[in-house]
Amino acid sequence: MSKHISSLAPSVVVDTAAARVAVSQMIGRISLRARGDLAAVGQAIGVELPTQIGARAKADGIEVACLGPDEWTVLVSLGQIEKVEDALAALYPSLPHSMTEVTGREVTFTIEGPQAVELLSIGAPRDLSTIKVGQARRMFFDGATVVLWRDAETSFRMDVWNSFASFLATTLETGAKELAAELA
Amino acid sequence: MIQIHCPYCGETLPELEFAYAGEAHIDRPESPSAQTDEEWAEFLFMRQNVKGPHFERWRHLHGCGRFFNAVRNTITDRFYITYKAGEPRPDLATLLEEDNK
Repeated sequence: MSKHISSLAPSVVVDTAAARVAVSQMIGRISLRARGDLAAVGQAIGVELPTQIGARAKADGIEVACLGPDEWTVLVSLGQIEKVEDALAALYPSLPHSMTEVTGREVTFTIEGPQAVELLSIGAPRDLSTIKVGQARRMFFDGATVVLWRDAETSFRMDVWNSFASFLATTLETGAKELAAELA
Repeated sequence: MIQIHCPYCGETLPELEFAYAGEAHIDRPESPSAQTDEEWAEFLFMRQNVKGPHFERWRHLHGCGRFFNAVRNTITDRFYITYKAGEPRPDLATLLEEDNK
């Protein structure tokens, strides 16, 4: 049975001795594509854009991760969305770019606990140790594309498109319970 | 599982993150309306279907999303090299020689 997942109503998906998975509060998300004078774009949103794929930057509550050579995802508080949008719109005539607000597209799971890495490894084919603390990656997880943020050795955030959320929540729930059963 | 090196991410990642995208280095004709039906069909449909080292396109679908080129042996699935889209076609003889070392 799949779970009902919505960032409008944050909830705990599963909480075991191995790992805890919860749905985060809704936050603003902006998908940004730009080339050329990245310093000007960074200045407009208030965070210097990282250029290495997987690198992150944060300032004034605005968090940016580089997902591709010309692609970033920007996390802002709901109240800041308009400010960032206006700043980028003002830049548009001199530096054409693509900025799309995708707040409603995704939900974020927080995954933490002593076996968080083992839990993620059930759905991720890649080596998770290559994602260092303080980095983020877009990657494959159990059939879906997700963005994984590593905040500490065993603390992650996973941005998931709505349509995959209930399915992936079920995967994470089953995995967390199985890992906890092995511990017991 | 095959491991593929993404030239944009600079990481070697499992094939599940990638999608195959056909033969590489096929240029779309400059003026399609000037093409005969045969020439256009040649461009659209005719591929080499190489047995052995093959120049082909891949896309890092569940990652940076970029298309890039690779040389893969269609018999052994060995990747000799991957390189960014737009970069010149590497010399096959040199590649194979380096791989034999």
